[in-house]
Amino acid sequence: MNLAFNIAAVIAIVCTVMVVTRYNIMHALLYLVTSFMAVAVIFFTYGAPFIAALELIVYAGAIMVLMVFVIMMLNLGGGSAAQEKQWLSLRVWVFPAILSLILLGELIWLIYSEQYIGSEQIKVVDTKEVAVALYGPYVVAVELSAMLLMAGIVGAYHLGRQRKKIVHRFLERSNP
Amino acid sequence: METAINPWWIIGGVLFAVLNTAAGLIWVERRMLALWQDRYGPNRAGPFGLLIVLADSIKMFFKEDWIPPFADRLVFVFAPAIVVATVLMSFTIIPVAPGVVVADFNIGLLLFLAFSSLGAYSIMLGGWASNNKYALLGAMRGAAQMITYEVFMGLSLMGVVLLSGSFNLTDIVLAQQDGWFIVPQFIGFFIFLVAGLAETHRLPFDIPESESELVAGFHTEYSGMKFGMFFIGEYMGVTLISALVTTLYFGGWLGPDFLPPIFWFLAKTFAFICLFILLRASLPRPRYDQLVEYGWKFLLPLALVNLLVTGAIRLMQ
Repeated sequence: MNLAFNIAAVIAIVCTVMVVTRYNIMHALLYLVTSFMAVAVIFFTYGAPFIAALELIVYAGAIMVLMVFVIMMLNLGGGSAAQEKQWLSLRVWVFPAILSLILLGELIWLIYSEQYIGSEQIKVVDTKEVAVALYGPYVVAVELSAMLLMAGIVGAYHLGRQRKKIVHRFLERSNP
Repeated sequence: METAINPWWIIGGVLFAVLNTAAGLIWVERRMLALWQDRYGPNRAGPFGLLIVLADSIKMFFKEDWIPPFADRLVFVFAPAIVVATVLMSFTIIPVAPGVVVADFNIGLLLFLAFSSLGAYSIMLGGWASNNKYALLGAMRGAAQMITYEVFMGLSLMGVVLLSGSFNLTDIVLAQQDGWFIVPQFIGFFIFLVAGLAETHRLPFDIPESESELVAGFHTEYSGMKFGMFFIGEYMGVTLISALVTTLYFGGWLGPDFLPPIFWFLAKTFAFICLFILLRASLPRPRYDQLVEYGWKFLLPLALVNLLVTGAIRLMQ
């Protein structure tokens, strides 16, 4: 249980709480990015550098950029923050918060309990081992997720398909 | 080979070199551009106009550091720091000479990809926090551009990883002792160069900034040293991509023995910095949808084919 893990874990928890409680959606997303980075540090300290890098590239890099992009397009300003404030009343969040606190307590107790510390041994898994596992015993899962992504791409292409419209008024045809 | 140099010396040396190169590039770029455009460029302050760097820095430090009242204050102040921090962090993985590297990670190349995707936040957040329509347009273009190039940038690097069998940049350089990777990986080099140009938002692809349409793009509202951080971040990005191209495709520090390895690394890196400036001097800016289309419809399939062929050749050996 080293210092880097403790710091990263505290940052991750604080940032995730901030994600839920911020009214401004862009600030919430920034806290989420920070939380992903803290999780990446945890992965790194526990001997999974490849997963740590993927956490940064895929979650903090790609997916959150897409989210920020969409939020910029929607241009959610002060109005949505006020609405959020209205929705997030004490009655709404107090019960889920208690349940989450119980789970957090359990997790902390588990991590710091004696038998866990005794059996702890960090083995660094490098990129090659991950690849061998993915394309060996788990190849079916890889293929299935590839098919799912393919279906997603085809669906997105179908939704986004449109005939090219000529904008110039002299060239515009009446029937498409 | 593994000489025991105090790591603090390496960290200090890399920081010193990178920050000074970035500042010096102000002069280099303006003089080179002038040379290629048949004019003189800055030639009055000091020998060859070298003191223009000092004059520019002093100007930047003493400008009014203004935060617009309509801006999102915290994010506005925070955004310029992101680009400088991420680029400086990326320099930790680059081996300058045998044994001279800040962090000898076995996931070095992935770390670069991670930091380059995090660096895009500075443009997006800077543009969003400015609360200005031109800045927002620039930021949205930056986001779309970033989503486009990230994919084929990662794929183009995989050819090098396949040939060398490692993500560690020191191993990649050592794998090039029999021949630089520019020969078997020319397509990968081309794709990485285009992606690198897009990543640093240099002129052919400075679409988030495009000062002829969007005032100054994402940094319209920035002034003083906050603007300076974006500016320096861009030059450091150019240096980073040049150093990476050198390391990945041109044999890093490898070269004839009559000069020390660090000289070869610096000379090759400087040559690529000059290439970046030449590209700026000679190429017009494409439209924003043209870059996105070019990326997804041409460069991405090309990167995939490159990966496929490299993998097939590697399997047959």
